[in-house]
Amino acid sequence: MKVSLFTTCLGDLFYVDVLKDVTEVLERLGCEVDVPEGQVCCGQPAYNSGYAKDTKGPAKNMIRAFEHSDYIVCPSGSCATMFHEYPNFFADEPEWQEKAKNIADKTYEFTQFIVRVLGVVDVGAEYHARATLHTSCHMTRLLGEREAHYTLLKHVKGLDLVPLPNNYDCCGFGGTFSVKMFPISEQMVDEKIRHIEETDAEVVVGADASCLMNIGGRMKRLGRPIKVLHIAQILNSHQTEGAERHADESRKSTIL
Amino acid sequence: MPMKVGNRPFFEGVDKAIHDSFMVNAVSSAQDGLRGRKLSATIGDKALGDWEEWRSAGEEIRAHTLNNLDYYLKQLSDNFAARGGHVFFAETAEEARDYVKKVCKEKNAKHVVKAKSMVTEEISLNEALEEEGCEVLETDLAEFILQVDHDQPSHIVVPSVHKNRQQIRDAFKKLGYEGSDDPKELAGFARKTLRSKFLNADVGITGCNFAVADTGSICLVTNEGNANMVTSFPETQITVMGMERLVPTWKELDVVVSLLCRSSVGQRLTTYVTDITPKADQDAVDSPKDYHLVIVDAGRSNALGTDFQSALHCIRCAACINVCPVYRHIGGHAYGSIYPGPIGAVLSPILGGYEEYGKLPYASSLCAACSEACPVKIPLHKLLIRHREKYVEGGGHPPVMERAAMKGFSIGASSPMIFRAGTKMAPIILKPLVHDGSIPKGPGPMKPWTHGRDLPAPSKENFRDWFKKHKQQSATIQAKGTGESL
Repeated sequence: MKVSLFTTCLGDLFYVDVLKDVTEVLERLGCEVDVPEGQVCCGQPAYNSGYAKDTKGPAKNMIRAFEHSDYIVCPSGSCATMFHEYPNFFADEPEWQEKAKNIADKTYEFTQFIVRVLGVVDVGAEYHARATLHTSCHMTRLLGEREAHYTLLKHVKGLDLVPLPNNYDCCGFGGTFSVKMFPISEQMVDEKIRHIEETDAEVVVGADASCLMNIGGRMKRLGRPIKVLHIAQILNSHQTEGAERHADESRKSTIL
Repeated sequence: MPMKVGNRPFFEGVDKAIHDSFMVNAVSSAQDGLRGRKLSATIGDKALGDWEEWRSAGEEIRAHTLNNLDYYLKQLSDNFAARGGHVFFAETAEEARDYVKKVCKEKNAKHVVKAKSMVTEEISLNEALEEEGCEVLETDLAEFILQVDHDQPSHIVVPSVHKNRQQIRDAFKKLGYEGSDDPKELAGFARKTLRSKFLNADVGITGCNFAVADTGSICLVTNEGNANMVTSFPETQITVMGMERLVPTWKELDVVVSLLCRSSVGQRLTTYVTDITPKADQDAVDSPKDYHLVIVDAGRSNALGTDFQSALHCIRCAACINVCPVYRHIGGHAYGSIYPGPIGAVLSPILGGYEEYGKLPYASSLCAACSEACPVKIPLHKLLIRHREKYVEGGGHPPVMERAAMKGFSIGASSPMIFRAGTKMAPIILKPLVHDGSIPKGPGPMKPWTHGRDLPAPSKENFRDWFKKHKQQSATIQAKGTGESL
């Protein structure tokens, strides 16, 4: 199965190690991965800030980059959702709208693709820790994927997954909200961290690097010892008890 | 100015709110309680059937009514008038206030009792009547508390959610209360105080949860029974309604009342659902002798026929407010509008303009908890984005730097070459700021982020470069016939 990786700008900038894990997991599951050269940022920061007109250029670029892909897989529910929004941008350009629909129809978030398309629930990972899952808002509410990330984590050997209180509350990221409204955003992430701490988890896992950058960035500032991991980092782990999680030791073992 | 709460600029209000730990705790525990009750009365109530079907029915009813608003308003008005009621269409808040003042003056009214009504808060009716020398008394317990304490609502269903019982006791002391802060004793005092006022009232004023066009009836959904007192004693009645608050027939009323009760307070039905119709003949004993209906536009027309029309579908249940993580941390007053939370951030700029309320649509992380909670499926988070578009396209004053940054973003992200160069340059440019694997303090646009959070250091390795090498390695391994990659 041919899969084109939509790397996301946060992935390209900050989380190259996560992208490596994503690639390796997909390959292990039998996918032939490619990374379309022409891809840029999906345009969400501008779109959500009201600059819809400035979003069309990046959107067209992305459509061009992915139009010949069989499947588009993205390690972020939020960015994948943006591809699903694309058809709405081109109400006055029917040709582009058609292309946008074609892109939207074959776009999946990483865990969603594994469970819904590949039909795999156990990727053969092993990770020994008490962990809790942050379910991102765009992934659950906008993309409508509420199960896949849980399903995959439940099958990870050694992982003790504990529920996160108020998991439905936003972590406070919200794209440009986190800088435009930072005093509110900080209160929100602090409450999220209090709930994470209530679980006594050693690791907080998420499927969206943006939320994790927010939670991890705040925890680092506060000096909290809890690890923050993208779900791909767990799914690409083969750690037997007591050993290092990964063959490639230079790879980052946490988001921050 | 009507609709406004306080005089603080938005960020000052936020700053005050987030340092008010009592308020934040009160609001978040109220939210958790209301959210739980709503879920058990909606998705959790098996007897109800499929909640999503109810939401779709609600959406359909509201969309149909708003698409045919002129027709149903005429029908409502004709039926109300045919039964001897008086109808007044107020284009502005001022016209609405003036009409109510005129009625009170004609009746030589000195004592006015009111049931809870957001639209009368919106048009600042109490202040207008008090200026005319009327004593205006709020009879909903929470509104009564706020009135005694010269405070304003911070929520559209539970308006004094930000107050605790000690604060309520202290407020009541102003009326000579000497008892404890026991809720039962406090409520008993309010009840006793209000009872004599009901008996002496000249005019009763209510809001309107829904008007029924088919019969010219006004439906009030309440729990305390005070609205029944307001509508039973005084001979003159005035109902003030937002012009969108109507349904075609009692069949649709049934659906929207169910949606309202379950979504707002998690009840199957509230204690009272009261429907009032002007008397058809002189012998009727259970209708007001003189009944006025004031139908208020006050900016609502701005939304008709636009992307924002669905904001008028709102049935004021506050389900969106009760799940909003931003409201959770700043409470209602910080919004500076009597309509707070997600629906307030959508509605306030429509009614009051971007100059006054343009910041509110940005007070959302677009988590969409509001859209998910809305019983009539208003796409609230999308309307917030629409507002931001209008704001930057001339409706408001976006920061110059932001506009420049977005332009730059658009150019950068439109060219794969520039974009790739950017991701390659970032680790080099930002290197001096990196300490211990992250950026603790950044300049310019990074400053607000690093106020409370570290920013990760850009990855030194470029993913596309790694990927090329990785592909070559896999190809080599496969060529050697040593099997699978990794």
